[in-house]
Amino acid sequence: MAQHDDGVATPDGVTAPDANDTAAGSAIAKVEAREVSPGLGVTRPDTLVNPGFPPHRARLTDTDPRKEKRAERQVSILFFLSIIGSVLAVAAYIAFPIEPGNMTSVRMNTLMLGLGITLGLLGIGIGAVHWAKALMSDVEIVESRHGTRGSDATRAKALEVFALGNKESGFGRRSLIRNSLIGALVLTPIPAVVLFRDLAPAEDPVPLLKHTMWEKGTRLTRDPSGTPIRASDITIGSAFHVIPDGLNDSEHKLEEKAKAAVLVMRLDPADLVERPERAEWSYDGIVAYSKICTHVGCPVALYEQQTHHLLCPCHQSQFDVANHAEVIFGPAKRALPQLPIAVDSEGYLIAQSDFLEPVGPSFWEREL
Amino acid sequence: MTSTDTHAGTTTGATGNAAPSAVVPTRGARFTGAAANYIDERTSISGLVKEVGRKIFPDHWSFMLGEVALYSFVVILLSGTFLTFFFEASMVPVEYDGSYVPLKGIEMSAAMASSLDISFDIRGGLLMRQVHHWAALLFVASIGLHMLRVFFTGAYRKPREINWLIGFVLFILAMAEGFTGYSLPDDLLSGNGLRIIDGMVKGIPVAGTWVSYLLFGGEFPGTEIISRLYVLHILILPAILVAALGVHLLLLIINKHTQFAGPGKTNDNVVGAPIMPVFAAKAGGFFFIVFGVIVLIAATVTINPIWNYGPYDPSPVSAGTQPDWYIGFADGALRLVPPGLEFVIFGFTVSMNILIPLVGLGLFIAVVAFYPFIEAWMTGDKREHHIADRPRNAPTRTAIGAAGVTFYAVLWAAASSDLIATHFYVSIESVIHTLQALLFIAPVVAYQVTKRVCLALQKKDREIALHGFESGRIVRLPGGEYIEVHEQLDDYERWKLVSYNEYKPLMIRPDANGKISVLQRVRGGLSTWFFEDRISPVTSTDIERSHDSSH
Repeated sequence: MAQHDDGVATPDGVTAPDANDTAAGSAIAKVEAREVSPGLGVTRPDTLVNPGFPPHRARLTDTDPRKEKRAERQVSILFFLSIIGSVLAVAAYIAFPIEPGNMTSVRMNTLMLGLGITLGLLGIGIGAVHWAKALMSDVEIVESRHGTRGSDATRAKALEVFALGNKESGFGRRSLIRNSLIGALVLTPIPAVVLFRDLAPAEDPVPLLKHTMWEKGTRLTRDPSGTPIRASDITIGSAFHVIPDGLNDSEHKLEEKAKAAVLVMRLDPADLVERPERAEWSYDGIVAYSKICTHVGCPVALYEQQTHHLLCPCHQSQFDVANHAEVIFGPAKRALPQLPIAVDSEGYLIAQSDFLEPVGPSFWEREL
Repeated sequence: MTSTDTHAGTTTGATGNAAPSAVVPTRGARFTGAAANYIDERTSISGLVKEVGRKIFPDHWSFMLGEVALYSFVVILLSGTFLTFFFEASMVPVEYDGSYVPLKGIEMSAAMASSLDISFDIRGGLLMRQVHHWAALLFVASIGLHMLRVFFTGAYRKPREINWLIGFVLFILAMAEGFTGYSLPDDLLSGNGLRIIDGMVKGIPVAGTWVSYLLFGGEFPGTEIISRLYVLHILILPAILVAALGVHLLLLIINKHTQFAGPGKTNDNVVGAPIMPVFAAKAGGFFFIVFGVIVLIAATVTINPIWNYGPYDPSPVSAGTQPDWYIGFADGALRLVPPGLEFVIFGFTVSMNILIPLVGLGLFIAVVAFYPFIEAWMTGDKREHHIADRPRNAPTRTAIGAAGVTFYAVLWAAASSDLIATHFYVSIESVIHTLQALLFIAPVVAYQVTKRVCLALQKKDREIALHGFESGRIVRLPGGEYIEVHEQLDDYERWKLVSYNEYKPLMIRPDANGKISVLQRVRGGLSTWFFEDRISPVTSTDIERSHDSSH
């Protein structure tokens, strides 16, 4: 391929051998033999001619030996700074140890070690770039591109390889072998898929998702201490984060907690709207609702005392506690499930039963 | 075949031909020569050096974005390896007994405890954790910016469509790496992130419940997820990522880098610095600069203070929590879903409030992935394109890109809807409603404004190329007429303004059977949308005409 010194080209990439011939912009000799479709691209005969490279401009470091010497010194100073930085980093590692319980020592260790390493890295980096920009040749060099496509001869050779492979193996001819091989290859990965079944235990997940730790008579206890709560502890307007009694000793503590976490709030009974069938689920204005958002399962942890609204901090679904924790805003669809509660003989809050519907995010088999 | 040469004839001597012949080599040179010979006789590496040693890389600041991504990935590998020496990917409950006093005696997973130990009991551990996290944030950000650069300059056109697709895969892998890594410390914040993932997976029809069950090895959160994410994070995902990165760079070398239009630069050449020595020095130096800046940030700015969040517990959550930035758009999409979009059909629960964001974002990124192929089909242009477009010279593409960026930005803002509400004293409802409206309106506005701005800039370019620019010098002619002298551009400056591709809409014509196919109609419609409003590049005829008509 020809050198492209002062090469001239039209914008669509056809190279003209000599700028002088194309002054009129018409008779452009096309070097490339292959013609590819420009599609909707417009090619004009009178496109302007590439003027070729502008004259090279020398840098100060090219013309002034003093400037060159100075740049040389700067680069080596930067590399020396890097050496100092790396040494300082090691010194900092020793000189600023972490003292157990002392946060300042952690901070100083991180900072001093980090600054040393930074100097070690930036010294090399800035030095090398400065070297390249100020001292190495800045003359731009031209390299020709060749079409990405292999040459016709190469492609013919490649085709021949395939043809020979086909002929010598009989891949195309022996269709029984070929098709049975394809069938075998399709099936081989299937055992690998089956192997993954035991990623989870054998039991069906759906019943698990439909039950929580709450049972008839389970005491409501404070999260996380696990101390029981008397109805009289809860004043109007307050909210308690609640877990079932015994959860802290449970074998699957976090899994149970992810389903059984409850919020208990006491409202002025006059504010509370209750459906007749749920009238017995609350106790003197005290209501208990699942804390797990019905959207994607974040804890609905923010209670607004004045409006009786619960807000999920993850995606801002809002639930109206005064009205069955129905959704009043946000992406959630279903109300928070209510835990029916009562008071036992000692005055402690207890559950009447488990939740009567699955808690937490929706899932395909939820209503089955 | 010599394919490279300096373009200015006077400088051939300056490229280092100072080869002394009769001088006896020094001991160092003899050793280097012997070592090189030893290696070459066993690897044939001289061929590789000859082929790529003087390969040319064009220079432009925007070409560094991909380099930033590459170098931050190296930083991630280095710092991540350090972290694996101390991290314990296990959810076995332990009682924390490390140096951080406020959490002493608290039960947490071994993963959380070892993350705290890395932070507070291992010298440089916190620094490396923060280097790893900051580098990860920079990695995804630089990939995103690199993709925007490639998009807006049309550098994905033939022959680089496949490399765009590979780059897209790298972007998805980077986000997956980010999310799996973010979850590993098993702290409260990341645990809530996993809870959201669990909720989303459960919302997938038919398979969701089982996928979640298998993923978590039982009920959420289970005792498996951290070690499984760890294997994904340090083995499978990096392996795929490194392989895809290798192909990405290989194709970069095969296709050679694009360059911007400029005097002397054509579609058939590459103009720039050779790998040895200038590009190697600049790129190598730049690696150290990227690394240094990451370490500087990590040494001075705290990121992900897990000790403030505490171990994961399904019950507490802090308000104003934010995912890492690159997950924001997905979280925002979840937040913007209007209420009530869930229904039961034949007893099965269909969570449209989860499906709409999932499918919507899936479509969005599918368009991103396949855009080059759609555009190539629409233009039918089979030529190779090695000259990067200035964004203004492809107004519709640039406008589509701007609309996409705006769409993403609105979703991203939505992930901070609660913080917007609290910082600007507005209600959360009004923030959500505004963002819901903006999600549809803002991209349209961005599209229109961008397209008009591009066309206006093209007109300005054309005007300047034809008539030069106003010099501000007023001259009185002998006849008494006053004119302002226009300064003409020199040929080099003008070339930058006039060398771009022009396309026209497809003329729909019946085929041999006298029919117009649906595909042709679609192509016609698309191309009309793209190219109906266009400014042609200045031609020599235009210039002659303008000279004739001028004074």
